[in-house]
Amino acid sequence: MSGAILQTVELSIRFGGVEAVRRVNFTLAERELRCLIGPNGAGKSTLFKLLTGQLKPTAGRILFRGDDITGHHTHAIARRGIGIKTQVPSLFDGLTVHEHLWLSARRTHPAERTRAIADEILERIGLTAVANGAVGQLSHGLRQWVELGTVLAGNPDLILLDEPAAGMTHDEVARTAELVREINRTHALIVVEHDMQFVKMIARTVTVMHQGAVLVEDTMDQILKNATVRDVYLGKHGGS
Amino acid sequence: MDLAAVLTFEILNGVATLVLISVGLAIIFGMMRVINLAHGEFLMLGGYAAIVATNHGVNIWVAMLLVAPLVVGVIGVIAERLIIRVLYGRMIDTLLATWGLSLFFIGIVTTIFGNTVAGIGAPLGSVSVGRYTISLYRLVLIGIAAAILAVIFVALRRTRLGLIARGTMENPNMAAALGVSPPRVYATTFGIGAALTGLAGGLLAPISGVLPTVGAAYVAKAFITVISGGTAILAGTAAASSLFGSINQLLTYFTTPVIGEAGLLAAAILLLRVLPHGITGKLFRGSL
Amino acid sequence: MSGRRWRSGSVLTTVAMVLIGLGVPQVVDQFGLLQLTVFAAMCILALSLGFVWGYGGILCFGQSAFFGLGAYTYAVTAVNLGESTLATLLALVVPAVFAALLGYFMFYGRLSDVYLGVITLSVTLIFFNLMNSTAGDAYRVGKARLNGFNGMPSLPTLNVPGDPGRLLDPTETFYLVMACLVLVYVGLHVLLASHFGRVVVAIRENEARCELLGYDVRLHKLLVFTIGGGIAGLAGCLFANWGAFVSPNVFSLTMTSQIIIWVIVGGLGTLLGPIIGCLIMQYLATTLGTQQLANTSLVFGVIFLAFVLLVPRGIVPSLRRLALRA
Repeated sequence: MSGAILQTVELSIRFGGVEAVRRVNFTLAERELRCLIGPNGAGKSTLFKLLTGQLKPTAGRILFRGDDITGHHTHAIARRGIGIKTQVPSLFDGLTVHEHLWLSARRTHPAERTRAIADEILERIGLTAVANGAVGQLSHGLRQWVELGTVLAGNPDLILLDEPAAGMTHDEVARTAELVREINRTHALIVVEHDMQFVKMIARTVTVMHQGAVLVEDTMDQILKNATVRDVYLGKHGGS
Repeated sequence: MDLAAVLTFEILNGVATLVLISVGLAIIFGMMRVINLAHGEFLMLGGYAAIVATNHGVNIWVAMLLVAPLVVGVIGVIAERLIIRVLYGRMIDTLLATWGLSLFFIGIVTTIFGNTVAGIGAPLGSVSVGRYTISLYRLVLIGIAAAILAVIFVALRRTRLGLIARGTMENPNMAAALGVSPPRVYATTFGIGAALTGLAGGLLAPISGVLPTVGAAYVAKAFITVISGGTAILAGTAAASSLFGSINQLLTYFTTPVIGEAGLLAAAILLLRVLPHGITGKLFRGSL
Repeated sequence: MSGRRWRSGSVLTTVAMVLIGLGVPQVVDQFGLLQLTVFAAMCILALSLGFVWGYGGILCFGQSAFFGLGAYTYAVTAVNLGESTLATLLALVVPAVFAALLGYFMFYGRLSDVYLGVITLSVTLIFFNLMNSTAGDAYRVGKARLNGFNGMPSLPTLNVPGDPGRLLDPTETFYLVMACLVLVYVGLHVLLASHFGRVVVAIRENEARCELLGYDVRLHKLLVFTIGGGIAGLAGCLFANWGAFVSPNVFSLTMTSQIIIWVIVGGLGTLLGPIIGCLIMQYLATTLGTQQLANTSLVFGVIFLAFVLLVPRGIVPSLRRLALRA
C-alpha cells in the first residue's frame, strides 16, 4: 500500500493457551499520528512489544515501508529508523542528559554534527537546564522527556511511544501533548495511552483494542460517541 | 554381564557423588539465590571434622553422619549472620564475599593442620562382582545419596518447616505478612544447606582424603551441577547429576579421568547454551 | 564526575608510569627489577579484566584462561621457532581468537551474569585439567613437549626481532613490559573515550536501552571480550618470558581469583584501580610468602572480605570520592 510507513498483516501472538494479540491488521500512513487505546489486558502493550521486536509473533507479518521486519532483532528494527520509548522509562541512570542525546544522535550522524543536534534537541524539549545532571537524579516527568528527546535525537522516521504521559502532573501532560503534536509535524507516531485527557489533546485517528483484537478504528470524535467502545471500557463485553 | 553391573555401579557412584556435593548448594541457591563460593570449603571442613573426630576415638559413622554436619552447620549459620545477611540481594557482592570466605577457611585450616593429606580408611571393605571388586562403602554412599534426596522431598512436601521454606522462597513478603520471619528462615536454610554439605564432605573424606585445598576440586562441579539443574532443587539436582555423572563416568571408563572431567564441563557449557535457565527452567517446571 | 578532572588524572598516571619506567632501572637492583617486571606484567592482566568487567559489565571468572593461553602459545611457538617475534604475535592473537569464539557462543546465546561466570570459570578449569595431564612424551606440539604439571622450562626469551642471538637483558625486558603497560593503559583510555567505548559503558548501564537506540549489544560485548582476551594473552606472554617458564598454574582457580581480587580491591569501573589493586596484592603476596607469620590465603581472604563488606567500591573510587568532598 503506498504511503504506509507501517503495516501489520494478521499479526498474532499466543502465550500458551491465550492469544494476546489476535490477527491484527493495522496500517499507519507517513506522518500519521495514531493513538492506541483500550482497557487493561486489551493487548496494547503486547502489540507494542511485537512492533519493537521485543516479542516475536506466532503468526502474521510486520512491514516497515514495505520491508518485512517480522521477527527481527530490536536493534535492527531501531536501525531502520524506528524510535522506541518503553512504558517504564529505560535510561542510563549514570549518564547525563547530554550524553543520552549524544549517544542516540551519534549513531545516525557524523561526529561533527552530533553535538549540535544534541543541543538542538535539548532546546526543543526544554531540557537545557538539566543537560549535565545525572539522569538518575531527575524527576519522573523529566525522565520521560529525556527519553523522548533521546528517541528524537536518533532521527527516526517512526516513533513508538508507550504511555508517554504516565505519572505526570497536569502541566507536564499538557506540555507533552504539545511536544507530541510538534513532533508529528515531521514524524509518524504511534502512541499507546491510558490517560484519556492526554489522548484527547493529541488524537486524530484512534485504534481501540479489546481482547487482543482491533475493536474499532476511527477519528477521536467518533470513538467518543461509540457505544461499543464505552461498553468495553465499562466492562460490558462488546465484540467477540 | 558383570562388566555391565560394574559400569552401572560406577555411573551410579558418579551420580551419587555429584548429588552429595551439590544438594546443599542447591538448597542455598534454589531457596535464597545466594551463590556460595565457600561451598567447596564447607565440604573440606566437613571432611576435616570427620577425620579429626575419628582420630580422637569417635566412631567413624558418628563422625561422618553427626559431627561433620553439625560442625559445618554451625559455621554456616555464623557465616550467614555475619556476611550473607549483610549482602542480601547483592548477588555479585555475595559471590565475592563468599570467595573471600573460602580463602579464609583454606588459610585457617592450613595454619592449624598444615599442608599434608590427612586420611581415614574407608570402612566396610569390598565385595566381588564376577571378576571385579567394588567398594561396599561406595555402594552405601549411593544409598545415602538417594536417602538424602528422599528426606528432603518429604521434608519440603510434608512438614511445616518445608511449607514455610517453600512459601518464603516463592514470596518472602507474603510469608512475612503471615508471621514468618524471613531472616530466620534464611538462617535456617543456609544452616541446613551447610550441614548437608558438611555431611557430604565427611562421607567423601575416606574416599578422597582431605587437603586444605580440596574444596577447589569440588566447587566448580557443584556449581555447574546446580546451575545446570535450574531452579527446582530436587528435580534439578537429580537431573543434572544424572546427566553429568553418567557422561563423566562413561568417558572416564572408556578414555581417561581427565577426558571425563573435561566432558562433564563441556556438557555443562553446551547445556547452558541450549537451556540458559538450566534443565528445570524448561523441563519439569514447577516441581520441587 | 567532572570530565576534565578525570582526564587530567589519567594523564598524570601515564606520566607517572613513564617516569617510573625510565627511572626504576637506575635506582633498583637486579632482584628488585625482576620483581617489578612481573608486577608490571600482572598489571596488564589486571587491566584486561578491569576493562572487560568494569567497563563491559561482563562477569568473566576465567580471565586466567586467556592469560594461560597467551603464555602457552608463546612457549610452544618460541620453542619450535627459536625466535620470539612470531611467538609474541601469536600469543596475542590466539587468546583473542579463542575469546571471540567463546564470546560468540555466550553473547549470541544471550547468557547473563551468573551463567557467564560459571562458563568462563569452567573454561579455565578445563584448560587447567587438560594441561596438567599432558605429561609424557606423547604430548608435544612440534618440538615443544607440554610436560603436564611439570611445566615447560627454559623457554627462549624475547630477542630483538630478526636476531635470535640477541636476547633482551633484564633492563630491556623491563622497559618493554612498562612500554606495553603504558600502551595498554593509554589505548584503553582512548578506546573508552571513542564512540565505541561510550556505547560499551552505556551497555553496562542499560543494555535494553542501548538496543532500542539501534546498537548491536551482542557485537559490542563480543569485541570487548575479544580485546580483553588479547590483552590478557599479552600479559601471559610477558609472564612466560619473565620466568622463562610456564606451567598449568596459569590456568588455576588461584590465578583467576587473584585477578578478580586485584580488580575489586583497586576498584571496579576504573583503569587505575586494577593497577593499584594488583600492585598492592602482589606486594603483599611476596612479603607474606617470605615470612611464616600468617598464611597467604588467610590474609587474602580477610582482605577480600573486608573490601567487599566495607569498601565495596575499591580503593581508587573511594579515594576519589574523598578527594571530591575535600
